[in-house]
Amino acid sequence: MKTKALIAVLFIGIILFWAVEDMPAFGDPEAPATQYTGQLYVDSVLPDIGIDNIVTAILASYRGFDTLGEVLVIFTAGISVALLLRRGGRL
Amino acid sequence: MMENVVIRTVSRLAVPFIQIFALYVIVHGASGAGGGFQGGVVFAASFILMIIAFGMPNVRRRIDNRGIMWLSVIGIAIYAGIGFLALLMGGNFLEYAAIEAALGIPHLHGILIDLVEAGIGIAVMAAMVSIIFDIAGNGEESS
Repeated sequence: MKTKALIAVLFIGIILFWAVEDMPAFGDPEAPATQYTGQLYVDSVLPDIGIDNIVTAILASYRGFDTLGEVLVIFTAGISVALLLRRGGRL
Repeated sequence: MMENVVIRTVSRLAVPFIQIFALYVIVHGASGAGGGFQGGVVFAASFILMIIAFGMPNVRRRIDNRGIMWLSVIGIAIYAGIGFLALLMGGNFLEYAAIEAALGIPHLHGILIDLVEAGIGIAVMAAMVSIIFDIAGNGEESS
């Protein structure tokens, strides 16, 4: 069982290291990830929203509904822990 | 643990600064590095430090277990309330620009984002503290 797991880990590890070769260099401006929507947000955050932090603008305004869901996930985690571990009583 | 005067004194000094820093991180979210999630977790970390230094019963005496859950609800209500406010002002859900256009106040968009971040911070802090109480407190009811 252990040798099987080791073989699986080595196999996946070799594939991942193989894929690292094709990744763009760190901070490469020509990388696909920085080409399309990134530049769009850099250009449009200040006229659209008027705050300096692009990350917060995307998090709270462009993707506001998504962030509401994230807060609800954390709230659900709190309620779940309370329901499972809190003894005898109400929330 | 209770007799270690160094730990108690240092954390008595450190906790207010950690909490002020957490509030700074929350409020600073619109103009620099920061945000509600990070600030809320830093705020909850100050309560972990208090639990380590002063013991669980002493902290429990000050923070109500059910009240902290209501605080989490209030945080989400601030966020969702601003979303429904945009709905009432004739926009889409969470469309801050509709509130800004309806009220005619400049830069309201950033202020609303700050309010939303504050709601996130309150909700995350309260949920984290509730989880810490439930896991570290052996499940007993708060006093």
